[in-house]
Amino acid sequence: MAERSSARYRPYLRLLAAQVRSQTQYRLSFALDLGFSTVLTSLDLATLWVLFMVNDSLGGFGGGDVLLMVGIAAAAFPVADLAVGNIEKMQVYVRSGLFDAVLLRPLSSLGQLVAMDFAPRRVGRAVQGTAIYILALTIAPVRWSVPVALLVVLAPVAGAVFFGAIFVAGATVAFWWIDSGEVANAFTYGGKDAAAYPVTVFGGLFRRIFVYGLGFAFVAYLPALAMLGRPDPLGTPGWLRWCSPVTALLVAAVAGLFWRTGVRHYRSTGS
Amino acid sequence: MVSTGAVRVLAALAGAEFRRYLTYRQATIAGAFTNTVFGFMRCYILLSVADATGQVAGYAAGQLVTFVWVGQGLLSVVNYWGHQELPERVRSGQVVSDLLRPVDLQAAFLATDSGRAAHAMLTRFVVPVAAGLLFFDFYLPRHPRTYVLFVVSTALAVLICSTCRYLVALTAFWLLDIRGAQMLWTVTSGVGSGLYFPLPVLPDWLVTVLWVGTPFPGLLQAPLDVLVERGGTGHGLALVAGQVAWLAIMTGVCRVVQRRALRRLVVQGG
Repeated sequence: MAERSSARYRPYLRLLAAQVRSQTQYRLSFALDLGFSTVLTSLDLATLWVLFMVNDSLGGFGGGDVLLMVGIAAAAFPVADLAVGNIEKMQVYVRSGLFDAVLLRPLSSLGQLVAMDFAPRRVGRAVQGTAIYILALTIAPVRWSVPVALLVVLAPVAGAVFFGAIFVAGATVAFWWIDSGEVANAFTYGGKDAAAYPVTVFGGLFRRIFVYGLGFAFVAYLPALAMLGRPDPLGTPGWLRWCSPVTALLVAAVAGLFWRTGVRHYRSTGS
Repeated sequence: MVSTGAVRVLAALAGAEFRRYLTYRQATIAGAFTNTVFGFMRCYILLSVADATGQVAGYAAGQLVTFVWVGQGLLSVVNYWGHQELPERVRSGQVVSDLLRPVDLQAAFLATDSGRAAHAMLTRFVVPVAAGLLFFDFYLPRHPRTYVLFVVSTALAVLICSTCRYLVALTAFWLLDIRGAQMLWTVTSGVGSGLYFPLPVLPDWLVTVLWVGTPFPGLLQAPLDVLVERGGTGHGLALVAGQVAWLAIMTGVCRVVQRRALRRLVVQGG
């Protein structure tokens, strides 16, 4: 049984290895790419620091509190980006009809797409994001207890699943609307930024629809409130702060369903 | 050096690029939507920072709103992150056919980019700015002359950005794969130009270094400062003069690098 399952994953591993080899061929370019995409993560942190130089609280939260939210998001997003972020190339496959070839092979289409464009440079960001999270946990006034410790481990994992689902759902839109790539960016990269700030910063419809409605508040803001032992100043029920693993699975299930519908809708390009 | 024939060719290139972008309707709508979502986010964040004192680094709340939304509009006009076609043509060798044409490589690059920018100004600039006007308390310039100066400053920003991206593209002659150089450009241009936060938030010495030592503030901070009338018309004119200087410097650097690059070019036979 073990042998059979390893045989099942071997083609994906081969695809991954081939990608890593091909992308590290131009060594200087790869080193620069790895270095600067890592710097890009610190940039979010630098921006936050600059904002705190002007004002010592953001939406009613202090530096340590906000750092914790940024930390959860910084640990979650790069993992999703590393694992499935390359699904962004989906539109190229649909436009060129290359997706035909993907469907013809006896492997999962989603699995192939993920393995075919694997971007090893994103490893740096995932490591760095985790480091920021650990640092944030030592600085922020976390009220440690067993459930909180569990949430500390689960929150970034749930966040990664959540963002992974958003990546897949965003790419699926390309089956109907080929040039939709930038719309997906609003929810992936835009969602990452929105998730890292206290929800109290945002107002009006944007807060209700984008941050709470689409669930970005569940990534970092609500779990951080639970870790800090604070209620939501916006009045959402207290138990909601512990729900991020559930919402992540829910969103992943919806994204999976959406992906299957998209694949069934696919009609190649013709000649 | 520049004959009327060459001007006609460049104008035709710009026109063709403009029409090409007219056909990318889906992408235009998608891009404008995303710029607008980011506009809401950045606007709320900056307004929240301004909450306590009513201003950030000398920008009143209304000026911050204008800064963010017009910035989101200009982002696609100035085009920091557009896909580069030239490096791929260098890698595959197709650049040879570009070089055979009686048009200078850089002039053709700038002309096509201007066509793209004109299209973006009429489409992608309008959507986020309209959203900002609709949902927020937007600062409108007091003097009519500010609008004129803003148009001049924006045109200069587009040209400076084109020369910068052309320089990035030229590294393909040495590196073949420009992802690293592209990433360096993405990081430095975003922070250095005021995209993430208005530059005056930073310590004075750093702001001075950025203005004097790099072309980045000329990409976004300059036209936005002109529009929100920071420091009045006199200051605005000084910013535009700085942009002209940086355009001259960057163009000169591109000429030198292009000459070296073309000397390096080896055409694969076949």
